Amino acid sequence: MKDKPVKNKILEIKNVSKKYTDQFVLRDISLTVNEGDNVVLIGPSGTGKSTLLRCINLLTRVSGGQIFLDDEEITAKGVNEDRVRQHIGMVFQNFLLFNHLTALQNVLSGLTHVKHLPAKQAKEKALMELERVGLSDRADHYPGQLSGGQQQRVAIARALAMDPRIMLFDEPTSALDPELIGEVLEVMRKLAEEGMTMMVVTHEMGFAREVANQIVFMEKGLIVEQGTSQDLFYHPKSDRTREFLWKITELYGKKEENVT
Amino acid sequence: MIEWLQFFRSILPEFYQGMLITIELTVVGLLMGFALGLPAAVARVYGGKFLRWLAIGYIELFRGTPLLVQLFLIYFGLPDFGVTLSRMTAAYLALGLNSGAYQAEYFRSAIQAIGRDQMMAGRALGMTRLQAIFHIILPQALRLVIPAWSNEPVSLLKTTAIAFLIAVPDLMTKAKLIASRTYDPIGTYLAVAVIYLILVFILSEGLKFLERRLRIPGLETV
Repeated sequence: MKDKPVKNKILEIKNVSKKYTDQFVLRDISLTVNEGDNVVLIGPSGTGKSTLLRCINLLTRVSGGQIFLDDEEITAKGVNEDRVRQHIGMVFQNFLLFNHLTALQNVLSGLTHVKHLPAKQAKEKALMELERVGLSDRADHYPGQLSGGQQQRVAIARALAMDPRIMLFDEPTSALDPELIGEVLEVMRKLAEEGMTMMVVTHEMGFAREVANQIVFMEKGLIVEQGTSQDLFYHPKSDRTREFLWKITELYGKKEENVT
Repeated sequence: MIEWLQFFRSILPEFYQGMLITIELTVVGLLMGFALGLPAAVARVYGGKFLRWLAIGYIELFRGTPLLVQLFLIYFGLPDFGVTLSRMTAAYLALGLNSGAYQAEYFRSAIQAIGRDQMMAGRALGMTRLQAIFHIILPQALRLVIPAWSNEPVSLLKTTAIAFLIAVPDLMTKAKLIASRTYDPIGTYLAVAVIYLILVFILSEGLKFLERRLRIPGLETV
């Protein structure tokens, strides 16, 4: 899939803004994500990166602008939000596994309740997805019995089981102990290699540099700069980008060496 | 003491029917309360304006007035509107409606404790609100609520004694009859107290068993 010559446009964000009462969280954001792209959103906390992801899978309503998924405007009136969300995988910072269900049942939940697959087929699919994140042996464990890293991998499997067009990751490793970050990034790296289209909000610069083919630097609800990781990391145009990258590399630099 | 035990044994068979009625009132009231309370709680948390206010109205009305008043209105008041109910039906209805209002508040607190994040995770998978409520929120809330909710069956079992006031032949009514026949009110009411105590004990143990059976590792810390 990766070396397909013509890339299909999967997601198009056009002039999106988001306002809470009278404060803008997102301002005039435009972004295109093609099939197989790995877009990493970076920037200081509270600059709207997570809000942007939430707008994309309609957990938050945009105040202005449009979002298209496979050329369908999903921000249009009368769009069935539940149907749209089926095609967009979301991974949260706090995993948000269903605490009363085992790992397997978590992965099954979307397949049986949303996709209405027959039990046998759903189970096969769910087991396959757990295998994909390396957790077949934890299928019958409850979230409370899993480490944070394992919980997040189950959450990834749960989202993958729906065969989404695009996967959104909202700081997937921020709530993890440092030694557990690696296993989650490893799964994400593998996904990227398999050609999954991904949008990732993260502070893991090693991951961004290695996996992203597009990096977007956001601040105060605006896209300050976007480009390839080569461009942003080595030839940033904006001073703010340079400053941010310098700071964050200093902060996270040492840890990165262990995980990448 | 030994004298009283002999007395207790002699009147025990007479209590048997009354005990069955008391258990019936408790079970029916509890189930009816559950059937009313759970939707009321869901409506109060997730409902639109109309459903939410309907739920709030029901809950506050029945928690805000004495059960005895409710029972009398149902049994003595409804006939004025052409609805005449048997004693048992009136008792079921009053207990069920009243218990439902209290149960709704137990359920509401558990639903709110589960929080918005679980709902959001369900919605992110493509579930509708209703699907997320049924498959994600309620299975967790109903487990979480057991320790607090366990008050309700115990409290209701004792509250059923109020049915005595419309002459439903429950434990309390039987006790009154026996007391006036044997001229031993203290012995009789002590006996009935012991029976209530035993019933409550059995009920509590059953609820503890239920709690253990439904426990999920890690969920109790939510």
